[in-house]
Amino acid sequence: MIGRRAVDRVFRMGAMLVTASVFGGLLSVVAWTAAKGLGTVTWCMLTQTPAWSYYLGGGGGIANAIVGSACLAAGATLIALAVGVPCALYLGTYARGSRLAELVRASLETLWGVPSIVVGAFGFALMVWLGLKPSLLVGMGTVALLELPVIVRSIDEVMRTVPSELEEASLALGATRAETATRVIARQCMPGAVTGTLLAFGRGIGDAAAVMLTAGFTDAVPRSLTDPVATLPLLVLYQLGSPVDQVRQRAYGACLVLTLIVAATSLASRLVWLRLARHVAR
Amino acid sequence: MTMALPLAADRAGDQYADGSEPRSVAPTPTGGLAVPTIRRARDLAIWFGMAAACAIAGLLVVAVALVLLVKAHPLLARVPISQVLLSDVWRPSGGQFGLRPFIWGTAWVTGLAVALAAPPSLLAAVYLAEYASPTVRAVTKSALDVMAGLPSVTYGMWGLLVVVPFVGSVAIPFLAKHCGGLPAHSGRYAAGYCVLSGGLVLATMLCPTIISVSHEVLQTVSAHCREASLALGATRLETVRSVVVRTALPGLLAAIALAVARALGETIAVLLVVGNVPSVPRSVVDPAYPLPALIANNYGEVMSVPLYESALMLAALVLLGLALLFAVSARIVLLCTTRRVAG
Repeated sequence: MIGRRAVDRVFRMGAMLVTASVFGGLLSVVAWTAAKGLGTVTWCMLTQTPAWSYYLGGGGGIANAIVGSACLAAGATLIALAVGVPCALYLGTYARGSRLAELVRASLETLWGVPSIVVGAFGFALMVWLGLKPSLLVGMGTVALLELPVIVRSIDEVMRTVPSELEEASLALGATRAETATRVIARQCMPGAVTGTLLAFGRGIGDAAAVMLTAGFTDAVPRSLTDPVATLPLLVLYQLGSPVDQVRQRAYGACLVLTLIVAATSLASRLVWLRLARHVAR
Repeated sequence: MTMALPLAADRAGDQYADGSEPRSVAPTPTGGLAVPTIRRARDLAIWFGMAAACAIAGLLVVAVALVLLVKAHPLLARVPISQVLLSDVWRPSGGQFGLRPFIWGTAWVTGLAVALAAPPSLLAAVYLAEYASPTVRAVTKSALDVMAGLPSVTYGMWGLLVVVPFVGSVAIPFLAKHCGGLPAHSGRYAAGYCVLSGGLVLATMLCPTIISVSHEVLQTVSAHCREASLALGATRLETVRSVVVRTALPGLLAAIALAVARALGETIAVLLVVGNVPSVPRSVVDPAYPLPALIANNYGEVMSVPLYESALMLAALVLLGLALLFAVSARIVLLCTTRRVAG
């Protein structure tokens, strides 16, 4: 039946072409961002805060947003780690296989599905309720909500592969449950924790909708937790709307910087995973 | 004295993964192996800390829904919910908050984006899972991870500067010429800020997600089924059609539902290109105003107008409900399929 094999070959070619064009399209977005941004990024732009005439095409740079985004995402990641690591350890040790663990996992999966703008609205509502102003602290707390499910799932997935013999051996040697969890199991989960942290950081720094409602915007580098803080995605958004050509040019540069940071964390998480996962006992 | 503090393991009442009870790790009080009180206290404290973190993490999503509900209540107490959801009139200064144009705007953009993204993405996933070499798979997997994580403002900027001009100068004239009967009022916003632009940008963003989830789903189909079909003389394509896709169908649908959930909540990229006009779109060349854009554009003015905040929180609640409907059902299906295949 030559006909059938010919059909198969045609399908194969067609599918390959579609795949290539989908990837080509996606790569072209990245290439376009790079091409647009490359000419506009200068050293001054990365290291200076905006001058008073910045939004009219005057001097200065985007250091306020770079530092702001980094602080915000780092702080949010720390908060998410503070809750996420004990939570994941609990799910994998004390609550292993229990119904409670399944419930918490389901709840976190659900939280992952909550759109960032809705998390932002939640943060905004709480902020108004508590009488706070948009600030680094409120932004960190809100973005931490977006990052928490990423961290817990990364650790949890590694923890499932830890053999129960390891835990039993530790208990048999006289270690308490807590000692087993924090010293034996936690060490096994390091690759998951590092990967998850990087992924969460990437999600946090690239997010625009939640920080828009809760972190505010400013031309200064944040000095305390109660200061409003500028973030890269919002900077790009605001500059894109400018009628001044030079300001729009700098939006392309800022967008390239942001894209590079996010792509680098994403690649780093993958490399870390490939390097560290070899050492996990299975 | 040592008995006064039971081991936390007993407290948690847990089981091993295989269902057996924990073997007694608590040493007898008379034995020389008794765990010192200080270690038991530390064990208890750490157990408590972990359980508290777990409880906080588990209750967050409930808290989000509750706070939005409480905040939306003032409006709902004044106006029945059916009226808010079905009314076309959006005049915050007049106290009229009709969400219907925004819900339809979200539906149009999301529907178009998923319709555009799903067919090529599923085809690409089939190609990667069934035909591609391991090297191609490894490279594309890394690339997909990076693409899926790119910030939405990157796609938004690309949409604003590439897609919108393209739609305005090429696609709309083309549609007007060849499809004829475009609605009469569609000429109002010929600049390209319309449902079509939003759909195209969003479709581009969804592709990596759909490809990587459905690729994973296709990989869970056991090699035995595939080999049995190939051994019977079926070609690759016939195997894909009648064995692989048929087995993986629920999972593939779940991948699409996951994409819908993601598309519903996408804010910045869509906001930049859809035009943001609060009326129900009648075709793909009409502007739209999706729910996330509504929240993002108006949160700054809520303090000056009564009930405005309440209305925006209701919009967020509606969005949450829609997104979770798709996300949760997709997760359930994915969980069932992977379990069935693994077990």
